[in-house]
Amino acid sequence: MQEAWEGFTGGNWQIEVDVRDFIQRNYTPYEGDESFLAGPTERTKDLWNTVLGLLEEERKKGGVLDMDTKVVTGITAHPAGYINKDEETIVGLQTDKPLKRALHVNGGIRIAMQAAAQHGYEIDPEVVDIYTNKRKTHNAGVFDVYKPEMRACRSAHIITGLPDGYGRGRIIGDYRRVALYGVDFLIKDKQAQKASTPSVMTEANIRDREELAEQIRALQQLIKLGEIYGFDISRPARNVQEAIQWTYFAYLAAVKDQNGAAMSMGRTSTFIDIYAERDLARGTFTEEQIQEFVDHFIMKLRMVKFARTPEYQNLFSGDPQWVTESIGGMGVDGRTLVTKTAFRYLHTLENMGTSPEPNLTVLWSTRLPQAFKEFCAKTSIASSSIQYENDDLMRVYHGDDYAIACCVSSMRVGKEMQFFGARANLAKCLLYALNGGVDEVSKKQVGPKYRPVVGDTLDYDDVIDKYKDMMKWLAGVYVNSLNIIHYMHDKYCYEAIQMALHDKHVHRWFATGIAGLSVVADSLSAIKYAKVHPVRDENGVIVDFDIEGDFPKYGNDDDRVDQIAHDVVHQFMEYIRRNDTYRNSVPTTSVLTITSNVVYGKNTGSTPDGRKAGVPFAPGANPMHKRDTHGAISSLSSVAKLPFRDAQDGISNTFSIIPGALGKEDQVFFGDIDLSTADIQIENPVCSACDTDSSAPEGAEDR
Amino acid sequence: MANVDLSELKAAGASAYTPGRVHSLESMGTVDGPGIRFVVFCQGCPMRCAYCHNPDTWEVNAGETVTVEQIMHAFESNRAFYKNGGITVTGGEPLLQPEFVADLFGAAHAAPAGRVHTCLDSCGYAYAPDHPERFDRLLSETDLVLLDIKHADAEGHKRLTGRSPERILAFGDELARRNIKVVIRHVVVPGITDTVEECEKLGQLVAPWRNVVGLEMLPYHTLGVVKYEKLGIPYPLEGVPQMDKARMPELRAAVMRAMKEARAQS
Repeated sequence: MQEAWEGFTGGNWQIEVDVRDFIQRNYTPYEGDESFLAGPTERTKDLWNTVLGLLEEERKKGGVLDMDTKVVTGITAHPAGYINKDEETIVGLQTDKPLKRALHVNGGIRIAMQAAAQHGYEIDPEVVDIYTNKRKTHNAGVFDVYKPEMRACRSAHIITGLPDGYGRGRIIGDYRRVALYGVDFLIKDKQAQKASTPSVMTEANIRDREELAEQIRALQQLIKLGEIYGFDISRPARNVQEAIQWTYFAYLAAVKDQNGAAMSMGRTSTFIDIYAERDLARGTFTEEQIQEFVDHFIMKLRMVKFARTPEYQNLFSGDPQWVTESIGGMGVDGRTLVTKTAFRYLHTLENMGTSPEPNLTVLWSTRLPQAFKEFCAKTSIASSSIQYENDDLMRVYHGDDYAIACCVSSMRVGKEMQFFGARANLAKCLLYALNGGVDEVSKKQVGPKYRPVVGDTLDYDDVIDKYKDMMKWLAGVYVNSLNIIHYMHDKYCYEAIQMALHDKHVHRWFATGIAGLSVVADSLSAIKYAKVHPVRDENGVIVDFDIEGDFPKYGNDDDRVDQIAHDVVHQFMEYIRRNDTYRNSVPTTSVLTITSNVVYGKNTGSTPDGRKAGVPFAPGANPMHKRDTHGAISSLSSVAKLPFRDAQDGISNTFSIIPGALGKEDQVFFGDIDLSTADIQIENPVCSACDTDSSAPEGAEDR
Repeated sequence: MANVDLSELKAAGASAYTPGRVHSLESMGTVDGPGIRFVVFCQGCPMRCAYCHNPDTWEVNAGETVTVEQIMHAFESNRAFYKNGGITVTGGEPLLQPEFVADLFGAAHAAPAGRVHTCLDSCGYAYAPDHPERFDRLLSETDLVLLDIKHADAEGHKRLTGRSPERILAFGDELARRNIKVVIRHVVVPGITDTVEECEKLGQLVAPWRNVVGLEMLPYHTLGVVKYEKLGIPYPLEGVPQMDKARMPELRAAVMRAMKEARAQS
């Protein structure tokens, strides 16, 4: 066994790239409490104070501290950059200076220019010339091919947030591979993959070979990135500091190369812990040192930044990147994947204070060790910065080495990736069904000229019939738009380094999305159980509705309407599945819009549920505001009835509750433990990564 | 409480039980008994407490009819949430409908999927000391009572609620005789029930009841005022400020101290 692997239990992982096998044979589950943890070192405090100072300066300058306008970003585009070289135990920045934003142009040059102009910068004219006239962008490719119908759907907001402007994101490289194997091993593996492609040069084979060549080149650049910082990462990591550093270099290469809406980290804590345990046993490092490495690593993830346009930034408060790191969970063999390093990662929230990035996500199982659950609860109360997701649900589909991209998209690390695909507005689609494809806001014929509904009262069966036809059409336009987008992204903005850290055979998810679900469910319920009279304008376009009587509303655990919501999701997915998807990707959907529900509502006319034109939709799969009247459990139960099988990319329900409503704050029973009565105000940060609008805004198209 | 369209529940066939008149149902109650609870708010109340924050539950003839089967169906479909909780019936005043509540609690205890913990939140005023048999079945199916003692002093009680406290105390005695677990609830209103003396009196009053397992001191709040405006009823405690939460531990200690002393002397 080679020196770097000494002390590890061998297995298949030594023969081929198999990080999960390495983890399963070598990790140490930890069921104890947090008492072993170490506080921040002086160096950590000093470094973090420097970063806080820079962040403050950035805020004062209107959101951007510095921006590169000349050097087009790439894995080796910049010299080494530091916060304070002497104090950093984990190094590497996106550019040559902390918080200086890199120049990404492969997504679209116009959008990069807008982002720069917004902050008072101007991109070097030569760069603009090259990417306008000599080198094509992803955006230019997409707009070369978009059909007029697709553009019309885009401007009418029946399909929105299409990733035709920035990087699509949502791909997680298995960055751990670099630490375990060193880059040389990975290059040899990729070379072997390239050598094994079939010899008949079909278009698919040609593409495969070209992509593998790109991947190998990216790996060679990754070695150079290590050299720039004085490390030889062609060989495997020999201790925990190197394991973190190597893993981080791999991730750093990805964020130097891509500006995707969500550039997630993966699931590294159990992996890193194996090195930490070995070093503790050998006496190489102390707990304090290991915590320092973790703190410095997480500090770097907190500093990941991209240049964005005002449209993009308006959607969010703050400047989120969705550097999601998945922590904990249970193994399929019943052992917990919680290790001491899971504690160390979460402990950064105490050592360096709370932070929205990286998006630390605990994969929650009812069977997690009690001490870990309690530590999570304590850390959540103190920081409001932990996201929780249902490991028991996702493990069934993805096994025990999956991670979350963005906020809820689960994928097996290094084995699955996703084509991110924004959302279709199903509420507007219902109005198109009623109006025969005429947009109720612009009054233009956007959809196909089907027969509109006639008469003074909407008939449920008739509406369902027409709605199905319109959904079928929408699914077609939507999937085909995405096919163009992902074809062009692969062609002009290929994620070579991230894909180099995947297996050769990658399972690709084709992730669509739905907006306005609760509006549709309540509208159809109103049509079925009450009387809905359409109000038409002078041209016969339905612009409003009179509702007579009451109807069951989604959010009250009432099967009559919950079933409608369930069926709409299932039916739309069935129509999506009828279309060919790019690279044989497997379609799924999500019900996630969390902040853009406001924008969707703004662009959608009155709906048959009584919602007036312009009124926001409910976020994600939430019931409409104030229509759930039976309390939280009934509301959650309605949402829980939606089919995860159809919406594997995630179903979200935004829910906030004041501490007092979670139970008595004061002592009630005699002899009870006197719980803390501190008045805590929890303000949950809204996770809205899934709503990221990566489409090129008006005037920022390259064609 | 929001208005509830009870027709939303699974349509009821003929019920084997006495139907209930309820104001609303809450699927996630966390403040009316231990754990997460399914809470039934009964319609109708004989009391007119000055600080009542649910005046919309007073009118006996309002509300909606609901069957035991409907409630049990709603409970069972989300049973997993109520693992450490159960069913609470509050109001309004549940004792106005002893048959219905007895049937509901009986069904909860006999539930095929497992016994469900039952909790009655009552002020006890509708209890009839002359006819305890009317409440026999209900109390034999009740696991815990949240008993509101509005004021420790008889005169004060009358001023605050418009009713005298005899029946309430008789109800407390009956619960003690049956040894049903009781949590005493006491709303602390500035200028009315916020003195150490009043709290000590309360301690003395409940001291003989050895079945008392808990004490909940509720600081007066003004969240109910909006409902009075909606219903067009003048708000009796107009101008009374919210209770300062900081004083609650002191007042709770006063009740506890007096209770212990009284018990030591008896």
